[in-house]
Amino acid sequence: MVYSYYPGCTLKTKAKVLDKNARLCAEVLGFTLEEVEEWQCCGAVYPMGADEIATKLPAVRALHAASEKEQGIVTLCSACHHVLKRVNEDMCQNKDLQTTVNNYLAQEETPYTYHGETTVLHYLEILRDQIGFDNLAAKVKNPLTGRKIGAYYGCMLLRPSSVMQFDDPENPTILEDFIKAIGAEPVVYPYRNECCGGYISLKEKALAEEMSQKIADNALSKGAEVLITACPLCLYNMKKPDGETLPTVYFTELLAEALGLKEE
Amino acid sequence: MQRIGVFVCHCGTNIAGTVDVDEIVKMVKPEQGVVHAADYPYMCSEAGQSMIINAVKAHNLSGVVICSCSPRMHETTFRKAADKAGLNPYMVEIANIREHCSWIHKDKAEATQKALILTRAAIAKAQLNSPLFPDESPVTKRALVIGGGIAGIQTALDIADAGFEVDIVESTPSIGGKMAQLDKTFPTLDCAACILTPKMVDASAHENITLYTYSQVDKVEGFVGDFTVTIRQKARSVDFDKCTGCGVCSEKCPSKKSPSEFDQGLCTRPAIYTPFAQAVPNVPVIDREACLKFKTGKCGLCETVCAPKAINFEQEDELVARKYGAVIMATGYEPVALDKFGEYSYSDSPDVITSLEFERLTNAAGPTGGDLIRLSDKRKPKSVTFIQCVGSRDVTQRGKAYCSKICCMYTAKHAMLIKEKYPDTEVNVFYIDVRTPGKAFDEFYRRAESEYGVRYIKGQVGKVIDNGDHLQIQAVDMLDNKKMDMKTDMVVLATAIEPVKSAKSIATMLTASIDTNNFMTEAHPKLRPVESPTAGVFLSGVCQGPKDIPETVAQAGAAASKVIGLLVKDKLMSNPCTAKPDALYCNGCSICENVCPYGAISYEDCEVNDHGVREVWHVAQVNKALCQGCGACVVTCPSGAMDLQGFSNRQIQAEVDAICR
Repeated sequence: MVYSYYPGCTLKTKAKVLDKNARLCAEVLGFTLEEVEEWQCCGAVYPMGADEIATKLPAVRALHAASEKEQGIVTLCSACHHVLKRVNEDMCQNKDLQTTVNNYLAQEETPYTYHGETTVLHYLEILRDQIGFDNLAAKVKNPLTGRKIGAYYGCMLLRPSSVMQFDDPENPTILEDFIKAIGAEPVVYPYRNECCGGYISLKEKALAEEMSQKIADNALSKGAEVLITACPLCLYNMKKPDGETLPTVYFTELLAEALGLKEE
Repeated sequence: MQRIGVFVCHCGTNIAGTVDVDEIVKMVKPEQGVVHAADYPYMCSEAGQSMIINAVKAHNLSGVVICSCSPRMHETTFRKAADKAGLNPYMVEIANIREHCSWIHKDKAEATQKALILTRAAIAKAQLNSPLFPDESPVTKRALVIGGGIAGIQTALDIADAGFEVDIVESTPSIGGKMAQLDKTFPTLDCAACILTPKMVDASAHENITLYTYSQVDKVEGFVGDFTVTIRQKARSVDFDKCTGCGVCSEKCPSKKSPSEFDQGLCTRPAIYTPFAQAVPNVPVIDREACLKFKTGKCGLCETVCAPKAINFEQEDELVARKYGAVIMATGYEPVALDKFGEYSYSDSPDVITSLEFERLTNAAGPTGGDLIRLSDKRKPKSVTFIQCVGSRDVTQRGKAYCSKICCMYTAKHAMLIKEKYPDTEVNVFYIDVRTPGKAFDEFYRRAESEYGVRYIKGQVGKVIDNGDHLQIQAVDMLDNKKMDMKTDMVVLATAIEPVKSAKSIATMLTASIDTNNFMTEAHPKLRPVESPTAGVFLSGVCQGPKDIPETVAQAGAAASKVIGLLVKDKLMSNPCTAKPDALYCNGCSICENVCPYGAISYEDCEVNDHGVREVWHVAQVNKALCQGCGACVVTCPSGAMDLQGFSNRQIQAEVDAICR
C-alpha cells in the first residue's frame, strides 16, 4: 500500500527521529510513504476564525496532491494531523469555504478544484486499521517485555472527536493497544488525555510547566517508566518537567526498537 | 350531478381582513354544480350553522363546501350541522382559507385569488363525494396496563374504581417500579415507600385488578375495543397459591452472590428472592442462572425448608391470551448507560455513583441502612459533589438532547438529605441551569442553597480522577470564569433517563409510534397528550416523556379517564374514511401490507369475478377498525388497487385539476 506522506516542518528539524523511524518501520511493515512534493507548513494551529482562509490553503494543497494520486494522506505530528483532518472536514461540509477556496485555487498556475475527497490518516490508524495490532505483534523481533510505558495522547489527536474520529476521547485505547503489540506493559493513568500546555509554553512558561508536571506526576504515580507520544510539541513540553525520572519518547522510536531496527 | 352550496366564513377579520369574501361568493356562483353561495361573519356560530341547515333544505343541496379555518378545527362541527339537515356528514368539504391563506398572506388581491383556487379545488372534490357510513365494533370491557410502577398502578386503580377490570403486566417480580427504590420525594420530603406501598397493596387487593408480575407481553393482535394480548408469565419456580411469603427459602439459600437489581447492584441477594421487603406480591422467584439446583443439579435446600411445599423446579413459562378493549403503556424509564462518559470515572471508581444508587445508599432500608459511606473504604465522605446533566441536554451522539426534567429537583433533595443527616459535610452541585418549574419547587431548591448551605457552581465537570483516598475534580466555574481543581470524597452523577429498552418492541407490537428517543408519541402534543395516535392505546408516565411523580400520577389519572370513556361505550363507531382495495386490480404483491403502520392490511383468498370467470385470488384486505386512513397503502400500491374513501385518487386528481385550471 502506498500513501502520500505529509511530514510537516518539525519532523524536518527537531523531530527528525520521529520521521526517520516511521519511514524505516513502514518498509518493514509493508507500506510505503511517498512524501508530498513541495508541501508547505500546515500552519500548526487550526484557525478558528470562520472566514480565515489563507492558513487553510497549504493543507488543501497537500490534500489535493494526494487526491491526484488517489492516495490517502498520512501524518505523524499530532498538530499537522489535526489541521489536515479538520480542514479536510471543512472542505467536505462547509459549502461557503469550498467556494472561496476553489476560487483561490482557480488562480493557481495549474488551476484545480478540491472538495474533501482525500482520506486523512494518522500513522497509528494505519497500524490499527490497515496492518492490525495482531499482525504488528507478529512482526516484533525484539519485544519490549517488562517495560512499563505510559501512553500520552495530548489533545490534538482526540478532539474534537466528532471530526477526528480517532478514538474515544475520554477513554482512548489505541496507544495502549500499540504498547501491548510491541510486547510492553501499558500504564493507564487518568491524565493521559490532558493538555500539556501546548503553545502557551512560549508565552507563559511556568503555566505550561505546571500542566505538564501534573501529567508526569500522575503517570509516575501509576508506575510509568517512560511516556510515548506522537506529538513534537507534547514532547517538547514533557521533556522538561521530569526528564530525569520520566523520559518521553516518540512512539516510532519504540516501534523501531521492537522491530529490531534501532541503530546503535 | 351534485347540488353544491358554498359558505364563506369571515372569521371576524381573520379571513375577511385579507380575503375579499364578497368576491369569492361572486366568483364561485358560476362554478359547475354550485347552486347556492353565501357568506357570514362566523359560520361556526349557532346562526351560521342554522344558515347552512336552512340552505340545505331550501335548495335541496347534496353537497356543502365551507370556506373557513382548518378542518382540524371545525370539520366535526360542520359535519354535525349537515347531519341535522339530513345530509350525509361526509358530503361536507372544507376549503382552508384561514391557516392556508389569510393568516400567511398580506396582499389582499393575491390572497383572494388563492382562496378562490382553494375553494374551486374543494368544489371539485365535493362533486365526487359519496355518502359514507361508519362501522360499529364491539368493546371488550377490560383494560391492560403494561408496567407496574406508580404510573401503571395509578392508572389501574382509577380504571378499577370506575368498575372495569384491569390487568397489570410487570416484568420484575414485584410491582412498585422506580418509586419503590427512592428514599424521600421532593418537594415535601415524604418517604416514597410510605406513600407508595399502600397503593401497591390497594392494587393487589382490588377485586377488579389482576397482577401479572414477572411477566411480559409476547404478542398483541386486534384493534381498539378488541385487542387480544398474549402474556408470558415467566416461571417463578414457586407455586403462587401455596407460598405464604415466610422468607425462609431466601434465608437458607446458599447462593447469595447475585447483585441485587433493586439495590442497584450495591449489595447482593440470594438466588431465590423477593426484590424488597414490601414486595407485592410477596412471593419469591428463583433466578435460574444463579440457583445451584439449576446450575449443578445439587442443592434444593429451599425445597427442603419450605413448609407449604411451594417450590417447584419443574415450573415452566405460561402463556395467557386475554381480550382487552384498551391498552395503557406505563413502561417507565431507566438511567442511561455511562460507558460513553469516561471522564467521570464511573466504571473505574466505586466512589462515583449514580443518583439512583445514591437513593439506595441514603435509604434506611438500603444496603447500608441509610448510612452514607464511600463504597471503596466505608468512610463517611467529608465532601460530596453532585454533577448534573450527565447525558442530558447533550447534543453529541453519546448523550440525550432533551432535559431529563427530574434531576435538578432530586439533586437538591439529595443535597438537603446529606446536610440534614451530616451537617458538617461539604456539598457542591455543578449545574448548567437549575430548572425548577413546579409547585413549591423553586422554593425547595433555594432552601437547599440558602438554608442548608449547599454550594451551587455553574459549570460542567471535565474530569473526575480517583486518587485512592479522594477524588480529584477538574471543572470550570463559569460565573467566576476560572478553572477549578478540587478534591472531594464522593461524586454523584445525575444521570439522564431514557425509556426502558423493551418500550420500543412493545410499541411495535401495538403499532403505536415512538419518537427518535424511543418515547411514545402522543396523538396530539397539546390536546391529546395521553393517547397514542393508534386507537385504543394510551400513555401513562415517563414512557411518554420525562416527568416527576406528581405529574406522572396526574397523567396516569388522565389516561385512566380516557380509557374509562372508551370502555363505557358498548359499540365503537369507526371513521369510514378508510382504505378500500379493489380485488380485480390487486396483484398480491403485499407492498401495502409492509407499509401499513397500523397492521390493518392482510392478504386473504378471495373469490373474484374476472369478466365472468370466477377464480380465487390472494388479495389485500383492509381491517376497517384498524385502518386510520393515512393513505400510505394507496400511494404505494403499484397497480392502483387501493383507494381511500373520502379521499379517492379521482378526487385528489380533480382537486389538482381545479388548482391548475
